[in-house]
Amino acid sequence: MESAILRSVNYNAYFGDNHVCKDVNISIPKNEVVAVMGPSGCGKTTFLRGINRMHELIPNATAKGQIFLNDEDVMEMHPIFVRLKIGMVFQRPNPFPNLSIYDNVIAGYKLNGIKLPKAERDRIVEHSLTRVALWKEVKDSLNKKGSFLSGGQQQRLCIARAVAMEPEVLLFDEPTSALDPISTSTVEELFHELKKNYTLIIVTHNMQQAARVSDRTAFFYMGELVEFDDTKQMFTNPRDVRTQNYITGRFS
Amino acid sequence: MKDIHIKFRIGKSIFFQAFAILLSVSCVIPLVAILLYILDAGFKTIRTNGFQFLTNLPKPVGEAGGGIANALLGSIIIITVASVVAIPFGILCGIYLSENRKSRWAYWSRLCVDILQGVPSIVIGIVAYFWLVKPFGGFSAFSGSMALAIMMLPIVIRSTEETLKLLPDSLREAAYALGMPFHRVILKVIVPCGISGILSGVMLSVARIAGETAPLLFTAFGNPYVSMRLDKPMQSMPLLIFNYATSPYNDWHDLAWGASLVLLVWVLLLNILTKIIARRWKVQF
Ligand SMILES: Nc1ncnc2c1ncn2[C@@H]1O[C@H](COP(=O)(O)OP(=O)(O)OP(=O)(O)O)[C@@H](O)[C@H]1O
Ligand SMILES: [Mg+2]
Repeated sequence: MESAILRSVNYNAYFGDNHVCKDVNISIPKNEVVAVMGPSGCGKTTFLRGINRMHELIPNATAKGQIFLNDEDVMEMHPIFVRLKIGMVFQRPNPFPNLSIYDNVIAGYKLNGIKLPKAERDRIVEHSLTRVALWKEVKDSLNKKGSFLSGGQQQRLCIARAVAMEPEVLLFDEPTSALDPISTSTVEELFHELKKNYTLIIVTHNMQQAARVSDRTAFFYMGELVEFDDTKQMFTNPRDVRTQNYITGRFS
Repeated sequence: MKDIHIKFRIGKSIFFQAFAILLSVSCVIPLVAILLYILDAGFKTIRTNGFQFLTNLPKPVGEAGGGIANALLGSIIIITVASVVAIPFGILCGIYLSENRKSRWAYWSRLCVDILQGVPSIVIGIVAYFWLVKPFGGFSAFSGSMALAIMMLPIVIRSTEETLKLLPDSLREAAYALGMPFHRVILKVIVPCGISGILSGVMLSVARIAGETAPLLFTAFGNPYVSMRLDKPMQSMPLLIFNYATSPYNDWHDLAWGASLVLLVWVLLLNILTKIIARRWKVQF
């Protein structure tokens, strides 16, 4: 794993006194899809939000350790730079309700006050929407509000919004848990497409989904990273008994 | 259960319903009566004086053709100055309270705002008198504006806070995750999404102070002439109504009714405008 794009070293996260992530050491190779799994409350979301410094937005939340993005410590960088390089997609689609579809895609530029020529903006919008397989569906209604789209379309719009910033890593927190099966499979197909240009980290409770879309899987248990391995290896021959119990459904 | 029992229950239910309707009607009656009376008296003034009474100056007793121009203009100026001061402060404070829900400082500010909302307007008038009128050596429109601004503040603050509190956290997170700094998250996302609620609060606060008399009694004081100077006494609608209605002259009573009608229409229009804004600019999630 010499070409690790993201590497955490003894990462610890807390909510007040509650120690949620415990000494997480993980090394994520470039252009791979990593699934993060584990029982509810084990700290998956917390770890994911730690990577792009969203964790610290919660009052009382603190973190220790290092997370390297291309050998630069994220914990030392200004959070704004971190978030521009590491995009995030949330569990529930959250397009900006006051903006049109077009403006939602370039929200990262527009709302940050970055001025771009019209042609460049058009290009980014079309490119990003094409990437998330939404262009054909919305190209005639770009001026409509983003909240008029279906749930699955909204989620793809949110992915397009993250993609438009050309980040290096994309974080997904249960991106399909609020979507119906058809929208879910559209989004899953996207992951294959997106991994050509980005590194994806996806939190999911759905083991079939992890098996379908990911190259590697990380298994968290009670705040610890128990196992991190090739997805196939992990599902057929887990090394840790806790992983084994989880994937055979012995605890939820 | 026997038929008779069920019939008895149905009868009881009908009786209750009738009682509720009766009560609700009887509490609407005084409101409607007041409105009708003001409308009637106000239109009588318009019929005898014409619409010129809006643009004419007051005349000495006995002379026909007096008007309320000075009061109308004065009210507009005093309220505009009060709004210019209170609205930005109020919105900023509301944003602060909604963004820092749990901090100790927010807790105490919120408490202060709630107390301020309950302070009688006459008390605010006295405070303005001792803080602004006495030190600067005279009644002034500005001190009246400040007294009214203090009355507007809690309404604007609380409505802004309540509106922004209802916006989902996912909205803030979406903005932060795009690398937006705090001030842009507020200005470009939070405020635009809550703008209809914020503006409703602003409108209601303006409507609320339009008829306030007590804080103006010993601040703006009143003025029989048109005055545009903020450092001098200025007439206003509620003061004019108070002065004319308590005078012994019938002409002046008529003008007081006319002014009451104008004030009523003003408040009504603001309320309608609020409803339109709330609907038109509502952000759909
Ligand atoms: N905003 C918060 N404030 C305080 N504690 C929190 C907060 N969010 C999460 N926690 C705590 O952190 C722990 C881990 O939560 P986290 O959301 O990371 O779990 P998760 O693995 O994502 O679970 P799920 O699969 O249910 O989403 C939980 O035990 C919870 O009590
Ligand atoms: Mg979670």
